[in-house]
Amino acid sequence: MKLRVTNHPILGNPEKKKAVTFTFNDKQYTGYEDESLAAALLANEIRTLRHHEESGSPRGIYCNIGHCFECRVSINGKQGVRACLTPLKENMIVESHGKLPTPVRDWRSSDE
Amino acid sequence: MNNVIIIGSGPAGLTAAITCAQKGLEVYVIDEYMKPGGRLLGQLYEQPDGTWWNGINESNKLFQQAVDLGIQFYLETAVFNIEKKDNRWKVYTDKETFQTTNLLLATGAAEAPVPIPGWTLPGVMSVGAAQVMTNVHRVKPGNRGIIIGINVLSSAIAMELKLAGVDIACLALPKNNQITHESAHPKKVLDSLLHVAHMAPSSFVKLGSKLMKNNFMKELGVTFFPRNGVKMWDIPIQLKKAVIEIYGEQEVAGVTIASISSKGEVIEGSEENIAVDFVCIAGGLYPLGELAALTGCPFHYIEELGGYVPLHNEQMETPVEGLFVAGNITGIEGAKVAAAQGRVAGLSIAERTGQHQLEEELKDAIKQVADTRKNAYIQFHPEVESGRRTVQMEWEEYWSKREQII
Repeated sequence: MKLRVTNHPILGNPEKKKAVTFTFNDKQYTGYEDESLAAALLANEIRTLRHHEESGSPRGIYCNIGHCFECRVSINGKQGVRACLTPLKENMIVESHGKLPTPVRDWRSSDE
Repeated sequence: MNNVIIIGSGPAGLTAAITCAQKGLEVYVIDEYMKPGGRLLGQLYEQPDGTWWNGINESNKLFQQAVDLGIQFYLETAVFNIEKKDNRWKVYTDKETFQTTNLLLATGAAEAPVPIPGWTLPGVMSVGAAQVMTNVHRVKPGNRGIIIGINVLSSAIAMELKLAGVDIACLALPKNNQITHESAHPKKVLDSLLHVAHMAPSSFVKLGSKLMKNNFMKELGVTFFPRNGVKMWDIPIQLKKAVIEIYGEQEVAGVTIASISSKGEVIEGSEENIAVDFVCIAGGLYPLGELAALTGCPFHYIEELGGYVPLHNEQMETPVEGLFVAGNITGIEGAKVAAAQGRVAGLSIAERTGQHQLEEELKDAIKQVADTRKNAYIQFHPEVESGRRTVQMEWEEYWSKREQII
């Protein structure tokens, strides 16, 4: 939790919020209710939110305001949800997306 | 039924909503974010009079005023399509479909990416992402970072990160390539940097900005720009160094930075590594106009306004019947200009619903936009006024062509 900004010289202390627990890839973490899931994960020093569907390369938050879709995860079984736009709730089950089989690559390599 | 739907709850959308509600209209505001305020939320800077512009407070004030006026908010609601049927707008969202006769798009801006090797590694984010994380969610993007891209937005956010106790190794340029050319050219960057120099306490930057009004001085300024950079808010600004790669196995571990000539070419053998746990990419902002494009509204590319903007007039009307725009969708400017435009849009919508005697108010509101622009503390493009004139000319040309056809 060392990434939390507690004493801010201008903004002061953050408003008090209820602590909630959630899981990310079956491990339990703590965050604050209704903060963004992306913020809760980062505060737990989790930067890798998914692996790219085709290349399998690790990906994390990029724009943080819903434009880029880089932070999509599965929440309570629903796929493709943007972590940066999702308020954290008690007992949320969050899972990473991973690499998918990509037969579409086959024609590319034979074409080259 | 005098209802109006406003998409976007930033300074433009909120101010337009308040203006419409004050004129007795029933207003819905839709935004996909969880909090109202848009990009205003993250803003934090000291104004010339010594007071702090606190985006969270400003957003809360506007939101409270809107709620008190009975405005309906649909937050966490993403609009994915709009279309016109039987003279009414259908607004499709991930929750429900709304209908209205008047639609205001106040969707703001998005950040332009700067592709650099390694930029998809977790820990690399847009500079605005770091701002929102730090100021709104109160989570640091990391312990020590570097900002790639030197512009108005990144300089301001560097200071905000520092305020929150985040260590910034430096601001540096991206390596020159086909995509980054302008933002990788020291002279062009210095040119735009002069417009934030008044915010910097560093005497070099302040003095420099007075000296470098003409191109010759700028050329000199870049040539003699100290190899180790100058400091703004105690953060080194490296106009003569460019990031050539972001490295790390699974996440960001650091960047490779190299010295560049005043033309932006990398000097071989000057590469060095800087260890960081996050990287911010600052490619600047562009107007977010996809929804307007869905309506068939004509667009024009206007560099001074940050990119493609939907055609509109000073009243914030578009050529599409019942479609209005306000805020950064019309060009990149500060929150105060966006709010002033929102008021104009609100009055135009009220007038369109049949309310009379708004001419004077509308005229004053339009003047207020111009005045706010003139007195803006942060200007994203030095020639923004010329960009605004271009839009106005395009608008007149559009209608004169239409008349010829008819």
